[in-house]
Amino acid sequence: MEKSRKQLLKTPTGIRGLDEITGGGLPQGRPTLICGGAGCGKTLLAMEFLVRGVTQYDEPGVFMAFEETAEDLTENVISLGFDLKDLVARKKIVLDYVYLDPGVMVESGDYDLEGLFIRLGEAIDSIGAKRVVLDTIEALFSSLANQNILRAELRRLFRWLKDKGVTAIITGERGEASLTRQGLEEYVSDCVIFLDHRVVEQISSRRLRVIKYRGSTHGTNEYPFLIDEDGFSVLPVTSLGLQQIATSERISTGVPRLDAMLGGEGFFRGSTVLVSGTAGTGKTSLAVIFAVAACMRGERALFFTFEESPSQIMRNMRSIGIDLEPWVQKGLLEFHANRPSFAGFEMHIATISKAIKAFHPQVVVFDPLTSFFIGDNENEIKAMVMRLIDLLIMNKCTALFTSLILSGSTPEHSQVHVASLIDTWLSLRDIEFGGERNRGIYVLKSRGMAHSNQIREFLLTDHGVELRDVYVGPSGVLTGSARLVQEAQEKAATMLHNQEGERRQIELERKRTTLEAQIATLRAEFAVQEIASIRMVGQELAEDNQLAQERVDMGFSRQADATQNHQKEGLS
Amino acid sequence: MIPKEPRPKLPEDIQAPPVPPEALQGDKAGSAGEANPPIYVLRLYVANHTPKSVAALANLKVICEEHLAGRYQLEVIDLLENPQLARSDQILAIPTLVLELPLPMRKIIGDLSNTERVLVGLDLLSK
Repeated sequence: MEKSRKQLLKTPTGIRGLDEITGGGLPQGRPTLICGGAGCGKTLLAMEFLVRGVTQYDEPGVFMAFEETAEDLTENVISLGFDLKDLVARKKIVLDYVYLDPGVMVESGDYDLEGLFIRLGEAIDSIGAKRVVLDTIEALFSSLANQNILRAELRRLFRWLKDKGVTAIITGERGEASLTRQGLEEYVSDCVIFLDHRVVEQISSRRLRVIKYRGSTHGTNEYPFLIDEDGFSVLPVTSLGLQQIATSERISTGVPRLDAMLGGEGFFRGSTVLVSGTAGTGKTSLAVIFAVAACMRGERALFFTFEESPSQIMRNMRSIGIDLEPWVQKGLLEFHANRPSFAGFEMHIATISKAIKAFHPQVVVFDPLTSFFIGDNENEIKAMVMRLIDLLIMNKCTALFTSLILSGSTPEHSQVHVASLIDTWLSLRDIEFGGERNRGIYVLKSRGMAHSNQIREFLLTDHGVELRDVYVGPSGVLTGSARLVQEAQEKAATMLHNQEGERRQIELERKRTTLEAQIATLRAEFAVQEIASIRMVGQELAEDNQLAQERVDMGFSRQADATQNHQKEGLS
Repeated sequence: MIPKEPRPKLPEDIQAPPVPPEALQGDKAGSAGEANPPIYVLRLYVANHTPKSVAALANLKVICEEHLAGRYQLEVIDLLENPQLARSDQILAIPTLVLELPLPMRKIIGDLSNTERVLVGLDLLSK
């Protein structure tokens, strides 16, 4: 029981994803059983475990093969980039092919498998191996007749491996009723990993499941995995918790007025954007512009296209005045074109994951996402999309999906299974009016930002995308030429209004001029009269003085007094 | 890991008196009456002196003396002394008797207690 403390020690496999599922790797110093049907990748998984052990963790390993010769094995894994010859020459790996030919083997009496033990022990000691693979030890069952001895010896072998302290992988062929044909799971019970290769609707997918892992928690789901030119990769993306840190950084959509609709600044970095619309509403164009905007900021954009070839997109985008060639040449824009049907969604996710890891894009575009929705199983689709989104979030990418919706169905209905996963949803729609079909765009939802609630007209011009206000009036929403007519009418009305104002202004001016002229005339007349009046007053005064003088003179002559004179004057 | 001193029966002790191939050529010991009875070159792989190994050697000696007297060579190989031979000679089970000659090469595993099976393995039963 002193081993129980060791159970928590784990040996990392170095295989992408597997260590995440198992919480760090395989149980250290213990055998692990890997079982599965023919061609499911058991040997490869085991081989990669050894090679990664050498290259990444400096742990030499022994590969004991019961089915393939060392030469075959070496050749088979060259395509995965493993140079076994070199590793063997550097004494990092021992390849031992156990030749079993029942035709030349006769059994007589009691025996044991000490030869195998000596052989394995010698191989382990010769390079100080920490890792051992037995592939496929069940082959012994077909060449040795005495099963009782064999079972007892296998039990002893696994105990011996534990005592040796090596981390071992034992592969086993899948059986009818049990995990392996010979029930190896009875002997190797610390960790059992099951590989499966299945075909659903003509699309094959490989899956891996950790059936058992004593003394450790592990992911229990079936995880898709992939074997490609870089070896094995398991995709545990659904294991990602919702722990991502949301940034409040914003990035432009590439269309200034669309940025304005999204609170003035565009999308959140690291968010997930859905652009949905019926056929021909400009989804791809919007997506391309978004990617180009990223390139202009000096970021890398990865464009997955599932319906058009890259050159087709480039040609089409030239018609709206966008040249993608320079960005591709600068290495800022990369296209990946695949038909959705060429592999299962898992495989796509795996290739997407690899492409993202290789290119480190800040922006990823999928055009269109709906190509994948072949089946009817909404839950499955949602799970797949969730995995894809998790993958993107993990890599801190801002993702834009385009999504084709059937005309006649409302976007809210047709995308119900992915809607909840999307942060910002732009809906493109066509507006048919007055014998025309025009494009409209509106923000259906955008988490965490104040966004416009208006429909804008979406114009594809020879210099990119433009958004225009649509005319909303008593006659409804007007777009296209109807909007132009409306605009012209409004312009005419305004002009008329302006002219009227000017006319009034002139009239007023004229009135003022007339009035002022009249005032001047009157003033002149008055001045003349004034002068005349003043003169008359002066004359009268002079005459009065004359008269008074004459009276005084007369008084003198009559010898009257001054008072009498005054009285006479007052009476007269 | 196992001390080498206590050897109850050294392989060399049991080994049949070496017969030079030239001597065998000359029909001297051929009980079957054939002109050129084949020489048997045998190798027995053991791991130390476990009861099974000892038994195998004893059984083999009896069989050889009975059926191949004077026309066999036997080499006993202790894999604990030469562990690398297990790999190069493709040995799994202990004890293993390898019939090198005459061809085709054959392997008989076990303590050789079943004489009939051994004779089948050595292709001697028909004689």
